[in-house]
Amino acid sequence: MTSTPSARARAGIDWFALVAIVAMGAAFVRAIVFTPPDRLQGFAQKIFYVHLPSAWVAFLAFGLTAIAGGVWLFLKDPRLDRFAESSAEVGVIFTTGVLISGPLWGKPIWGAWWVWDARLTLTLFLWFLYLGYLVLRSAVDDREARARYSAVVGILGALLIPFIHLSVYIFRTQHPTPIVANPTGIQMPGVMITTLFLALGAFTLLYVALVRARMRLASERDALLDQAAAESTP
Amino acid sequence: MNTAPPGLLAAAWLIARKDLAIEFRTRSAFLSALVLSLLSLVIFYFAWDPTAVAALDVAPGILWVTFTFSGLLGLHRSFGVEAQERAMDALLVAPVPRESIFLGKAFANLVFVLGVQLVALPALALFYNLPFGTVVSSLALVMVLAAIGLVCVGTLFAGITANTRMAELLLPVLALPFFVPIVLPAATATARLLAGRPLAESMAWLRILLAFDLVFLYACTIAFPFTLED
Repeated sequence: MTSTPSARARAGIDWFALVAIVAMGAAFVRAIVFTPPDRLQGFAQKIFYVHLPSAWVAFLAFGLTAIAGGVWLFLKDPRLDRFAESSAEVGVIFTTGVLISGPLWGKPIWGAWWVWDARLTLTLFLWFLYLGYLVLRSAVDDREARARYSAVVGILGALLIPFIHLSVYIFRTQHPTPIVANPTGIQMPGVMITTLFLALGAFTLLYVALVRARMRLASERDALLDQAAAESTP
Repeated sequence: MNTAPPGLLAAAWLIARKDLAIEFRTRSAFLSALVLSLLSLVIFYFAWDPTAVAALDVAPGILWVTFTFSGLLGLHRSFGVEAQERAMDALLVAPVPRESIFLGKAFANLVFVLGVQLVALPALALFYNLPFGTVVSSLALVMVLAAIGLVCVGTLFAGITANTRMAELLLPVLALPFFVPIVLPAATATARLLAGRPLAESMAWLRILLAFDLVFLYACTIAFPFTLED
C-alpha cells in the first residue's frame, strides 16, 4: 500500500464499478427490448433475468464468505476478514433481490406472492442466517474476536445449507424444475440463453465492484480505528 | 493421587458434572425453563379455537416451539455461569483439551434440555388430552435425536454470544436458522407418531436428525477451540 486509504478513495472514478454498471444496463436493455417475451408467461418471465443472476450472486457471495472465513482461521490475514464481511453484506443485498423479484413473478404465474416451496424457504432461511451473521459482527468490537466468531459461523452456515435444503425439500416443493441446470440441457431458446448469460456476467461484475467498494470502506474504517488507538496511547 | 491430566472424555465428564452440580444446587435456570415450557403450553392452547382445530393437529408444533425456546434459555445460562468472577479463564488454563470444555458443556445442556422435556411432555399429554401411552418410546427417540443436534449448535453459539453485547438476543437470532432442520423433522415425525402412524413412516425424518447430530457434533467440537482466545 503506497497511498493512504482515504487518498485512494478520493483518487477518482472506480472504473471497475463503471464497467459493471454499464454491463448491467446493457443486460437490462437486451432483456427488455431485444429478447422476445415468453409464449406462456408473457412479460413476467423477464424477471428471470434479474432473479436467477441475483440468486447466483447470493450463493457465490455466501460460499466465498465461508471460504474466506475458513482460510482466515489459518492465515489470520485481516484482508480475508474484510472480504468475508463485504461479501456477506453484498450477498444479503442480492438475497433480498431474490426474495423481492420472486414474489413479483409468483403473483401473476402462481397466483400467490409467497408459497412455502422448498427453494423459497431455503432462500429465506439463508437470508436470516446471514442477517444473523451481520448482527453478530456488529455486536463484537474486538477485531480479532469478530473475525474468529464470524469465520466459525460462516463455516457452520455452509454446513447447514444442505440440511435445510433436504428437510424443506422433503416437506414440499413447487418451484419450477431447474431450467439451466437441467440434466437434458438448458430448456430455453438461444436468444434467451444469451441474454441470461449476459445478465449473469453483469451481475457477477456488479458483485465484484460492490465487494471492492465495501472492502475499501472496511479498510478505511480499520485504518481510522488504528489511528485513533495510536493517538490515545502515545 | 493421580496427577496426570484427564483425557478428552474424562475431562468433559468433569466439566459436565461441575455444571450439573451448579444447576442442581441452584435450580434457578431449570425451574425457569420448566415454568416457561408449561406456561407456553398453556398459553398456546388459547391461541386457536379448540372446537375448529383438533388438538392433535397443533400439539406437535406447540411442543417443538416450546422446547426450542426453553432450550435456548438453558443454553444461554451455560456460559453465563462462567462469566462470574472470570471462571471461564480458570477453565481455559485448566490442563484439559478445549474440545472437552465444549463436550462437557454440551452434555450438561443435553441433560438440562431432556430434563425439561421429561416434565413438559406428560404435561402436554395432560393439557391436550393426547394418546401418548403407545408411542412414548418412539417419541423419546425423536426427542433425544433432536435434543442432541439442538445442544451441539446451541452450546457453540452460546459460547460465542457470551462474549458479545446483547448476548441473550443474539443467541436466538443466530441459532434459530440452525434449528430448522431439527424442528421441521422432529415436529413432522411427532405429528405422524401421534396420528398413530408407524415409526417406519418417519424414518426419512429420523435419518435427517441423525445425520444432523453426527455432522454438527463433530463440526462444533472442532470449531469450538477456534472461538476461544489463544
